[in-house]
Amino acid sequence: MADYTAAVCRWQPLLLMAEKNTFELKSGLAQMLKGGVIMDVMNAEQAQIAEDAGAVAVMALERIPSLIRQDGGVARASDPAMIQAIKKKVSIPVMAKVRVGHFVEAQILEALDIDFIDESEVLTPADEEFHIEKKAFKLPFVCGARNLGEALRRISEGAAMIRTKGEAGTGNIVEAVRHWKQIQREIAELSDKNLKEKAKEYRVPDSLVQEIKKDRRLPVVTFVAGGIATPADAAMMMQLGAEGVFVGSGIFSSEHPEKRASAIVQATMNFDKPDILAKVSAGLGTPMRGDEISELSQKFAER
Amino acid sequence: MKVGILALQGSVTEHAKILHNLRTQFVLVRSREDFQDLTHLILPGGESTTMEKLLKKFEMWDEILRQIQNDNLKVFGTCAGAILLAKFGAGWSVQRNGFGAQQASFSTVLKSKTFPDLRGVFIRAPRLKPPSKPPSNSPLEKGGETEVLATFENEPVLVRDGNFLGASFHPEIAGETRVHEFFLQKF
Repeated sequence: MADYTAAVCRWQPLLLMAEKNTFELKSGLAQMLKGGVIMDVMNAEQAQIAEDAGAVAVMALERIPSLIRQDGGVARASDPAMIQAIKKKVSIPVMAKVRVGHFVEAQILEALDIDFIDESEVLTPADEEFHIEKKAFKLPFVCGARNLGEALRRISEGAAMIRTKGEAGTGNIVEAVRHWKQIQREIAELSDKNLKEKAKEYRVPDSLVQEIKKDRRLPVVTFVAGGIATPADAAMMMQLGAEGVFVGSGIFSSEHPEKRASAIVQATMNFDKPDILAKVSAGLGTPMRGDEISELSQKFAER
Repeated sequence: MKVGILALQGSVTEHAKILHNLRTQFVLVRSREDFQDLTHLILPGGESTTMEKLLKKFEMWDEILRQIQNDNLKVFGTCAGAILLAKFGAGWSVQRNGFGAQQASFSTVLKSKTFPDLRGVFIRAPRLKPPSKPPSNSPLEKGGETEVLATFENEPVLVRDGNFLGASFHPEIAGETRVHEFFLQKF
């Protein structure tokens, strides 16, 4: 027995030589995406357009949110064959969506060896009570949030990146703005006095709330998503402090996807330079039509 | 000496934090004008395709090349930055995502005489190879110019070629200041 223990101790340094799938490596990939644009794509050809335009990653999904809205029905994770075709086509990271709580769809994406999983309210939820226990996975997850409580619960479950939910597929930025400002306001309101009470309200450990209070920011990279349709939308969210943007329907339901994709990438980089924003916004053709939030029959953000 | 971090995209704040810890002033390089009097440039981690596109679109690519050719600029690139350096003519070539997709990302202690116990964080990391053109007997030794400063499993992961320093890993994510210090002092 003693010999066995000694042997284990002796081997430990070797076993520790290369660590994989740690939180540092998961959140580290999100750090590499900062300042960039992640684009929804429905096939390998669109993925190529996104990469050529300067996207930092692509999000593979069967139908962009505006089509999910239009078609109705249950929206699920994409066909693995389509995801593989995209993975083969581009060298930038490939993300794909799974239904909230659908841990087997996540297992399948992990088996496909993509780079990032989005547990997304844009798809039809599989579990209305629990999200995926994300720490159990090797791949990093990004999750949507409308407020600080949602963001912190997702981080507690193991999310390595957060995005605002916004209202996907509407081409309307108003909800993304609301969610972003809500999270910032709630972070600013944390104090030593209300810390314990907030941790209880948010249903997360005190230590996590303490960390947010100290740093005055979320402990993971935070992007904005849901309703970004123009270069100006992207630049506004960057000026508000977002670390990058997801563009869903905004590109491939507009008149000239190549031009618009490239313009949004340039606008995200030059978010504080109105002269450049004016130049890149010119002559992009018709943007996606867009919806008034009050006229929606279904709000994805509420699920 | 004037230090800049290319700030188009990627691990910019992480590099900034390292420089801050080294009490080194720096500028964020976001346009051609920002290259004025620059002596040291850091190319951060991120997506090399995105950075290349933006550098070309906003006329910074040629500016970097011009300054490199005039021997005015010392450049340190991590991960995507090392990929860009290879395109700028540094004495190594790269295999993008050479270690694999995200699940193959890893962290480890590297073998290095210059930097004992250097921790390397590799995220979808490229593999550094000898330059594709001149054939040489040993890896990454093009006329003895390119120096290997750290290895992982006998592969070069931190290399110097004259004014260029390239790492396939992220000292900025590991919070490791020694490589930056080396770049600022020895270059």
